[in-house]
Amino acid sequence: MSDDLKTPLLDELEKGPWPSFVKDLKQMASKKPMVKDLLRQLEKSYRDKRGYWKHGGLVGIMGYGGGVIGRYTALPDEFPGVSHFHTLRVNQPSGWFYTSKALNELMDIWDAHGSGLLNVHGSTGDLVFLGTVTDELEPTFRDLTAKDWDLGGSGSDLRTPSCCVGPARCENACYDTLALTYDLTHKYQDELHRPMFNYKYKIKMSGCPNDCTAAIARSDMGIIGIWKDDIQVDQAAFAEYVDSGMDIQGSVVDKCPTGCISVEGKEIKIDNSNCVKCMHCINTLPKALRVGKERGAAVTIGAKAPIVEGALFGSVMIPFMKMDNFEDMHDLIERIWEFWDEHGKNRERIGECVERIGLATFIEGIGLDPVPQMVKQPRDNPYIFYEEYYEEES
Amino acid sequence: MGFEFNGKFYETDDDGYLTNLDDWNQEVANYIAQQEGIEMTESHWEVVNFLRDYYSEYKIAPMIKILIKEMKKMFGPEKGNNAYLYQLYPAGPALQACKIAGLPKPTGCV
Ligand code: HEM
Ligand code: HEM
Ligand code: SF4
Ligand code: SF4
Repeated sequence: MSDDLKTPLLDELEKGPWPSFVKDLKQMASKKPMVKDLLRQLEKSYRDKRGYWKHGGLVGIMGYGGGVIGRYTALPDEFPGVSHFHTLRVNQPSGWFYTSKALNELMDIWDAHGSGLLNVHGSTGDLVFLGTVTDELEPTFRDLTAKDWDLGGSGSDLRTPSCCVGPARCENACYDTLALTYDLTHKYQDELHRPMFNYKYKIKMSGCPNDCTAAIARSDMGIIGIWKDDIQVDQAAFAEYVDSGMDIQGSVVDKCPTGCISVEGKEIKIDNSNCVKCMHCINTLPKALRVGKERGAAVTIGAKAPIVEGALFGSVMIPFMKMDNFEDMHDLIERIWEFWDEHGKNRERIGECVERIGLATFIEGIGLDPVPQMVKQPRDNPYIFYEEYYEEES
Repeated sequence: MGFEFNGKFYETDDDGYLTNLDDWNQEVANYIAQQEGIEMTESHWEVVNFLRDYYSEYKIAPMIKILIKEMKKMFGPEKGNNAYLYQLYPAGPALQACKIAGLPKPTGCV
């Protein structure tokens, strides 16, 4: 294998106005031979229009079943540098807060043991170390744990819990997402490191319905901050928006999905009983409007990407839950796991399991009462009779 | 692939799992365990024996959740949990114990 690196197709990606991963990889390639082979293989993939990675593999850390994702090239003779190219997930701090010292430590560890390539952060929430050989896995782990880091989840386990910055930086936070993430990560270490579920289980925490972690779309269990009472209004600040010449009608009133906002003179009126908490008005008028005072979280179940069945959004299971302590949350999580363990099939996500078995059976199984918020759409079939109906008839 | 042991050649797949279920016996199990850095104790045999029984009945290795549940039933909660199984088989109970039990490589991710 010659040392020069010709990647005409990849070079195209360096052209446009955006930052390019190709540029990053090339920078690293001068230091790390494995990255050179990574670029070569990728160039070949682009040319041949096919991937050359084998999927999966039996690699891990002693005592852990998760955290390492095995990757091997299908062309080890041509690209020996990536004959192993395993990914490690490093459990990120809640809300992704690092000191620069911590980041330097992580980079030093990865420089010593792997490709030096990082993904900060991946869609899972973890900080991802991209690419190393099998023999470097244990030494990497040893150095990580010496600095108090740990691996995250992978495979059929609890995936690393992940949250938005929450009350640390954001006035919209309706509960302490960072504290809950920290709490769940510690409480469920065994579930996180030692796969024993039917399939993966992701928990994501967002402090408000803006849902910065995309919990509604990307987590089996989304815990999304919400309030119960009225949106707080500062009428003086609202009047200033009006005076500034802002198009309140066009950019706020007309955009409220339920049409529950009206303006009289310089005063805003919100019919809170019809507010669906979409956050639009609060995001647009942050100085005048704030989330309510009676705060907690809603819990959604069942979102997932389109792998086995189609993509699913999460459905609301619990419309409102106090977040003063996390015991109710532990209780709920454990009841769901128990049900899923009992009824789920191998490789079936909780959302698919609920779809197959039926929502009614699921909520009964985990001991929830049905509430209107669980209804996805009103029924359009009039020939449904409820048990209560038969009881009245007889 | 394969290995020699006591003068006999044992055929395996790329990851060292026996190809023929019938090749298995206690001695070769001990030998595979040794290669994995495991000293077989009473507790290790409990898992391996369960896996073989299950496999001979259902022709498939049990899911990890079933292994845990059955271990709990047979030996109580101290042994029916994942942390315990990882103590015995640190590279993962499904992977390592199945290899020692002479079963095919489990397809799941553990
Ligand atoms: C035919 C080929 C492939 C199939 C069918 C496949 C399938 C999958 C599936 C089902 C998942 C789980 C996705 C989820 O629900 O989150 C996954 C995740 C993943 N795959 Fe693949 N994959 C393939 C090729 C590859 C290749 C070639 C690579 C790398 C070189 C790769 C790297 C990954 C990684 C790193 C993840 C974890 C991503 C995450 O959780 O954020 N896959 N793959
Ligand atoms: C043109 C090339 C590539 C594109 C467009 C691409 C795109 C993406 C995107 C959109 C994601 C999801 C990111 C997120 O939602 O946070 C992702 C995740 C990921 N990619 Fe790539 N990627 C490319 C090349 C690669 C290569 C070459 C590797 C490894 C050798 C890689 C490894 C990964 C991994 C491990 C993840 C998941 C990280 C996690 O666990 O969250 N990607 N990629
Ligand atoms: S989800 Fe809400 S609370 Fe969390 S960072 Fe986004 S806007 Fe702020
Ligand atoms: S949060 Fe959304 S639904 Fe509620 S009042 Fe504001 S714009 Fe309307």
